[in-house]
Amino acid sequence: MDIYLVEAIINGLLLGGVLALLALGLNLIFGVIDVVWIAYADLVMCGMYAVYWLHAFFGWPIGVAFIVAIVGVALLGILVHVLIIAPVLRAAPINQLLATGGLLFFLQSFATLLFGTDFRNLGVRLPIIEVGGLFISYARLMAFAVALAGAVALYLFLRRTYLGTAIRAISQDRDIMGLMGVDQSRIYVMTSGIGGALAGLSACLLSLQYDVHPFVGNTFGPLTFMICVLGGLGNMIGGFVAAFVMSEIISVGGYYASTEWAYVLAFTFFIVLMFLRPRGILAR
Amino acid sequence: MNARSVLLLIALAILVSAPLVTPGYFLHLVIQVLLWGFIYTAWSLMGRFGFVSLGHGAFMGIGAYVPALLWNYEGLTPWIGIPVSVVLSALLAVVIGYPCFRLKVVGHYFALVTLALGQVVLLCIVAARDITGGSLGMTPRAVGHSWYALQFPDKRFFYYIALAVWLIGLLVWRRIDKGMDREALEAIAEDEDAAAAVGIDVLREKLRVTVISAALTAVGGAVFGQYLMYLNPETVAGIAVSLQIVFAAIAGGVYAMLGPTVGALLTIALTEGLRVWFGTNFIGAANTIYGILLIVFIIFMPRGILGLFETLRVPRSRASTAPTD
Repeated sequence: MDIYLVEAIINGLLLGGVLALLALGLNLIFGVIDVVWIAYADLVMCGMYAVYWLHAFFGWPIGVAFIVAIVGVALLGILVHVLIIAPVLRAAPINQLLATGGLLFFLQSFATLLFGTDFRNLGVRLPIIEVGGLFISYARLMAFAVALAGAVALYLFLRRTYLGTAIRAISQDRDIMGLMGVDQSRIYVMTSGIGGALAGLSACLLSLQYDVHPFVGNTFGPLTFMICVLGGLGNMIGGFVAAFVMSEIISVGGYYASTEWAYVLAFTFFIVLMFLRPRGILAR
Repeated sequence: MNARSVLLLIALAILVSAPLVTPGYFLHLVIQVLLWGFIYTAWSLMGRFGFVSLGHGAFMGIGAYVPALLWNYEGLTPWIGIPVSVVLSALLAVVIGYPCFRLKVVGHYFALVTLALGQVVLLCIVAARDITGGSLGMTPRAVGHSWYALQFPDKRFFYYIALAVWLIGLLVWRRIDKGMDREALEAIAEDEDAAAAVGIDVLREKLRVTVISAALTAVGGAVFGQYLMYLNPETVAGIAVSLQIVFAAIAGGVYAMLGPTVGALLTIALTEGLRVWFGTNFIGAANTIYGILLIVFIIFMPRGILGLFETLRVPRSRASTAPTD
């Protein structure tokens, strides 16, 4: 087999890790609060800017910058829920989607206003590993490992802790849980915070590989939705599988044609699959 | 003649005589309001019934690019190119709409499928950079004042074209609003299964309004391209345009005939006002305010600006989310 094709497949796998993490966060929010955050990838953009300014500009150690970014985006997620989602919780679902669409507009333009449209690079150069003639970026490898660890941590949290159990219960039946004495609004705030933290973690991983600019969210945003929907909105395992399917299409497609055509292929695949399996690829 | 038709005639007279007295820059803004107002009206044909498309940038992009490409490479007049682009848009609307409606892809899912569609068209335009110029955009070959090429450097000509197109949009809106289709579509928006049970052909009704909406949007994109004489994938296709369409239509109010136009007026006044106010140093200012306004509108007045003045005929499904004033 062609060595570049193998490289494309491996890179697809590594990209899939980060996409899976993003999809997990979005899916968690959807599964629990039943709201699609169109602006989810733009929270990632905020996190990437935080890492950039703290590390590259103010010279904070990268680890500290990462932690601040994760906590910051988690707080931002809570803020989004309290300010924007909570008032429209009872409105038509499409209104909720549009309200976060407004947030997308706001975040992208506000970032343009503050930072301009320049592409900013973190300036951290991680080595490239050579394995038997294959060149693998260390940053991607690390992103993949951390993303997987994050997914496992989320799984354990949802399975093993009291709060996690409450979150899972709410996602199964939001009305009954209120009667059982679970404070829904508190769970929603918690979930938004965790979703935000996952966006922050993705931001840290992505900032090692990509330049940050106000519209960087558009690169991952639509893709993340498609992944969540492909996997079945709210279905975490489905989303996890779909992330790797999509990233392989993009990576291997990019090897045979240009990146844009690969994305065209991925989105077309999404549309067709929506018609073939509207409830997600893992639906029975 | 009643007071209503007198007012209507006066309004028309003002609109028709406007270019004779207005300066060029202002005329440019009015043309933009009319063309965007037309496109927003086309979107709200679907949007008012709850079929929220986040992919109308696709139809606008096809409308703008197809005639320009045919003109530049085949020398084909836009008089043929525009109908071709409209037919292509309508076909695309069927290709996406039919399975969606057949399989009951609604709400979030419909919005996301159309979002993907918008991305596909945008990325196709960017990827085919050999003929479309990619992200750098393209310019239709200019020949000066020509009916054959549908190019008029004199803005006044374009004003009348924009006015005609806008009026056609309003007429279509009105025809659907007054007809049985509206009743059927409102029933579908409330409960698809119940609508089907009382004998409404859900698939046909939805498909028809979607095709009309897509075709009109393509016309809007085509005229816009002919007017600006410069096409850029970011300004005529893609997510940004699609969301702009959704926002402006909702801000103006999708339940009133002039709502989308008011939305166009508001957004263009805001953009230009902020541009004049702040200068070009603050590129993001207008959109920052758009974003905040969109959130505020959705939360506090989902029926839009004109919705505030509208007291009659509140559809029951929306009544609960409407402001209580």
